[in-house]
Amino acid sequence: MPGNERTLLTQAQMAAGVQALAQSILTANPGAESIALVGVFTRGVPLAKRIAAEIEKTGGVKVFLGTIDITQYRDDLSTFQMVPKLEGSDIAFDIDDLNVVLCDEVIYTGRSVRAALDELLNFGRPKRVQLAVLVDRCGREFPVQPDFSALKVTLAPGERVAVRFTEVDGEDACTVQTQASTR
Amino acid sequence: MTPRKDLLDIASLTDAEIAFVLDNAGPFKDLFKRSVKKVPTLKGQTMLTLFYEPSTRTRSSFEVAASRLSADVTHFDIESSSVVKGESILDTVETLEAMRVDYIVVRHKQAGTPNLIAKNTRASVINAGDGWHAHPTQALLDAFTLREIHKNLSGCRVLIVGDIQHSRVARSTSLIFRRLGMEVAYLAPGSMMPREVPQEIPQFGNWTDAFEWKPDVIYLLRVQGERMDEPFIPSAAEYHRNYGLTDERVKVLRERGLHLMHPGPVNRGVEITDAGMNYERCLINQQVENGIAVRMSVLYWLRPGALE
Repeated sequence: MPGNERTLLTQAQMAAGVQALAQSILTANPGAESIALVGVFTRGVPLAKRIAAEIEKTGGVKVFLGTIDITQYRDDLSTFQMVPKLEGSDIAFDIDDLNVVLCDEVIYTGRSVRAALDELLNFGRPKRVQLAVLVDRCGREFPVQPDFSALKVTLAPGERVAVRFTEVDGEDACTVQTQASTR
Repeated sequence: MTPRKDLLDIASLTDAEIAFVLDNAGPFKDLFKRSVKKVPTLKGQTMLTLFYEPSTRTRSSFEVAASRLSADVTHFDIESSSVVKGESILDTVETLEAMRVDYIVVRHKQAGTPNLIAKNTRASVINAGDGWHAHPTQALLDAFTLREIHKNLSGCRVLIVGDIQHSRVARSTSLIFRRLGMEVAYLAPGSMMPREVPQEIPQFGNWTDAFEWKPDVIYLLRVQGERMDEPFIPSAAEYHRNYGLTDERVKVLRERGLHLMHPGPVNRGVEITDAGMNYERCLINQQVENGIAVRMSVLYWLRPGALE
């Protein structure tokens, strides 16, 4: 039996959410000359790019863009049936003493963020690391909280937030999928 | 990609599996530019090198690869072990099984030994060279190295020079090159040319003919000094004159912009000269560096206990 899907954010709300995230990041980093936005593969990458575009519109702040692949830092890698293809992290700038904002589309258990922090710190010692997400889905298993989120929701365990970006998925959408049977 | 338990040869890999290992080697190589060159992928796992034939380069390449994946690395010292006291390979494997080793890297002079070990252990077995049979990680690193140079390998021509008959490198590397759509030819003295060569592989007996085939890459094999005393094998000087990459032949490579490869270690003055080693399109050092990245990619893909 197929599950249901309902809209969480419309396309307009997604765009507004990205704008709001960019604004909050600027407000939280007053006087900063530069900010690094690092997207977590897969969908944190287009999110970081979009936030970067919004920040650059305001002018005055130099934005560095990077990506992080957390595959090898996952605490459940050995349980995967398939071995994931690696994207590799790409941070082509020096992160030492930089304000870094990690970007991910959804935060849920907090395990991905833990993994992303581990990988990020292999590149140097940032001045400060913050976390921006489109959707903060409550249900943390680790003590990590986002600094910026466009939407905060509480969902049942069988439900799943699905964010789609045109760059990756061919469309912009943010929905909640209900699995037909819960584990 | 579905994980496999063992890597025993190139022939048993699918095209998709070859592509998967080569594609992932890129991100692993990127790690080497960072101050911290390590990822936690194999934390808590153990890789053991079991080399019945001496090898420093391949063994240390595997050891560095496993260390960069955070695995614990240990070496089974054949010289001082019970093997010299007559312990059979399977008894040794049983011992390793009891130690709960996760990855075993094997080199043995007898073809098929890694397969035998693989059948008798839960650990993932990687063939690091068995007799004249196969040396799959060498082939993968050679393919990865050429892919960095030529975006599209299809139609790229490689001339392999040396003791083809007794070379597991020639066997595995020819196979992977051809699987990737490249053309391969052999240049060797008659006594070093295999009896049966696939029809698609041209065979040459001298450099003039081989150069006329217009290769893009020259792949030199190591001349095994220990074989020089055998009948029908030319002396080192004679080999150098007729089949080695002399300074004159380096000039031809330079004029034509050909790339040069060698699996190492080299015999200067036999198959290659100082001019060849210093040649600007010599890829030997890249091969060494890429060997670590490709072996990391193989270790990342294999999974101990995976169903075959």
